[in-house]
Amino acid sequence: MRHILKRHLGPALCAATLGIAAIAPAAAQESIRIGYAVSKTGPNAGGATTTTIPNYELWVKEVNEAGGIKVGNKQLKIEVVEYDDRSISEEAVRSVERLATQDKVDFILTPWGTANNLAVGPIFDKYGYPQIAGTSVTDMAPKLAARWPNSYWLLGTGGSYAEGLVELLVKLRSEGKIGDDVAMASIADGFGIELAKAGRAALEANKFKLVYDKTYPLGTQDLAPIVNEVKALNPDVFVAFSYPPDTLGLTDQARVLGFNPKVFYTGVATAFPLYKAKFGAAAEGVVSLGGIDPSDPKVKDYIARHTAAVGKEPDRWASFMTYAGLQALQQAIEKAGTLDKAKVNEVLRTGTFDTVLGQISFDNESRQVPNIFTVGQWQNGEFVGLVPHEHHGASQLVFPKPAWPAQ
Amino acid sequence: MTARPALVIAAGAAVFAALALVPFVADGYGMSLAIAIANYAILATAWALFSGPTRYISLATVAFFGVGAYTVAVLGEVLPWPIVVLAAAVNGTLLAFVVGLSTLRLAGIYFVIFSFGLTELIRQVVTWYEVKVTNTVGRYVFLDTDQSMIYWQLLGLAAILYLTGYLIGRSRLGFALRVIGGDETVARHVGIDTTRAKLMLFVLSALFMTLTGAIMAPRWTYIDPAIAFNPQISFQTVIMALLGGVQRLWGPLLGVIPLTLLFDWLNANFPNHYLLILGIVFMLIVYLLPQGVAGAIGKLSRSRTKPEPETDRKAHSAEARP
Repeated sequence: MRHILKRHLGPALCAATLGIAAIAPAAAQESIRIGYAVSKTGPNAGGATTTTIPNYELWVKEVNEAGGIKVGNKQLKIEVVEYDDRSISEEAVRSVERLATQDKVDFILTPWGTANNLAVGPIFDKYGYPQIAGTSVTDMAPKLAARWPNSYWLLGTGGSYAEGLVELLVKLRSEGKIGDDVAMASIADGFGIELAKAGRAALEANKFKLVYDKTYPLGTQDLAPIVNEVKALNPDVFVAFSYPPDTLGLTDQARVLGFNPKVFYTGVATAFPLYKAKFGAAAEGVVSLGGIDPSDPKVKDYIARHTAAVGKEPDRWASFMTYAGLQALQQAIEKAGTLDKAKVNEVLRTGTFDTVLGQISFDNESRQVPNIFTVGQWQNGEFVGLVPHEHHGASQLVFPKPAWPAQ
Repeated sequence: MTARPALVIAAGAAVFAALALVPFVADGYGMSLAIAIANYAILATAWALFSGPTRYISLATVAFFGVGAYTVAVLGEVLPWPIVVLAAAVNGTLLAFVVGLSTLRLAGIYFVIFSFGLTELIRQVVTWYEVKVTNTVGRYVFLDTDQSMIYWQLLGLAAILYLTGYLIGRSRLGFALRVIGGDETVARHVGIDTTRAKLMLFVLSALFMTLTGAIMAPRWTYIDPAIAFNPQISFQTVIMALLGGVQRLWGPLLGVIPLTLLFDWLNANFPNHYLLILGIVFMLIVYLLPQGVAGAIGKLSRSRTKPEPETDRKAHSAEARP
């Protein structure tokens, strides 16, 4: 009663004062309504505008230019409903509720990041929407998949990345190329801690010696002390499970201080085009998470289309998972021939999809894509996938890391 | 304003009984809006409960809210729900007690800065503990609850809060606090134990904030220090309370409802220009409603009958006070 009154009063008042009239939602008939709430502002905006939003826009543009998604015997164009969750969990929850119950969209794309995907999980589950998360790294993925059967975790677990790296190191050591000493720095936040924990366990299990194992707080500006301290220990391998600002900072400092270990590994943002743009030839040989198969025509084509449509290259990690998730959703809708969510979910669970990641299926208990590249390296200006070695199109590690070029 | 207490309480009970029926008529989105309003209604009212009469601007709302949320994150899966809530209440009370004892002698801007720093301090301590001791920063809260349950709990808490606020307003404690707000030195001279009075109210106010955090936590599944101790919650609480007006118990509600709806409407219609428009709206509010909604209503109803009493103007200048 009072709520209903106020609900109209607030907007009316505001529209009047601003002189902006509310735009009536277009009548939805011959279209498929797709909604998403992503962080356009706030601390998550950097990640969301690099990985999530460009791919959503690219996909919508391509689908609509091609005439739409084929549902039964109709071609339905996509109509987008978008919100900004402002990097706040509660806003993400409310926006997705709104998409589901007010806007009654046919499908909902996932927000950016682990926290917001977990926050909205119960709502996707409640209304039966498939939740195809392309930007969530969580060790809980298998548990989440069991709890929310229509959720898919394309980026896998933190453990898989750390273990991929250790697998690579074990191989190098068995070839006599590196010793036992490993230095590891990690950011004191969700992702850094999860990976450091898994990395520590895997390194210790393989009898590596952690000569340096420290965390640094979120927002650390001065990274020279870490690099200096590690440099003094002279390890063959330096691993940093870092976030974008410190990934750039650590690389910069290592270059300035002339610290050039045989294996130099940094975290999130190493696979971003930004990294290559900033460091150029100095990026050569740096190892990180993710990677692609540059000889794959589908990958090449995707990078070209992405660059043409949004004006910048995709990152070589979660962009691929995000886009593959969209392709899988589209193919599932077309295969199901209906917008019925239960039927589309059924296809998603059991089908195989042709994506930029290759032929993928989620037909497993953990609802993850088996065999994605977990470790990659900058080689000749491209971030190529290395591990798993048996993965189609895997490249060989360039070893040792070349010296930093003179500045 | 001269209504008999029994009547007021009965009327309040009737309103809350009616609000309890909302989950039966609202859809999922309506419920999430109702939860947002209930959440901020409690935070802003609890904030005004202490800051209204004493005029201490506290930015520590989210410190208590976060402690409540974190208690649930840590204990949520191992203990039954009522015990978890009780533990949150104990944590919040203890923290408020320690903080209150050590800081309520501060005044003005020192208190504002301290209360803001407190949030950061607790966030860093929690982060440090999680990194060094438990080796994880994000915690997962898998509790089987739904929107209606959260809403009813918030509504129940709001009912208790309004009843408490109403009774305090009529008690000696309430009177003592108004004297302190007027002039603390005078209050001490007339024999009021000012520190004790302030402390009691500070702890009470913090208790409600803590419980709100505990009730809201299961909604997000995943909690880390940045989520639990987001300073925006503190700022929004202050803005909403000041817009509504802090001199009356129902004042903050008049800020919470329009602002929650406004935020939501702006986000829905202008997702790309949200912050820009929000800034303009805030400026308009400050220009058009410098005394808050409650102040404007009071002024409207009094206009032409008698001149504006000085107290009301002073009350709202609390915003500008250092």
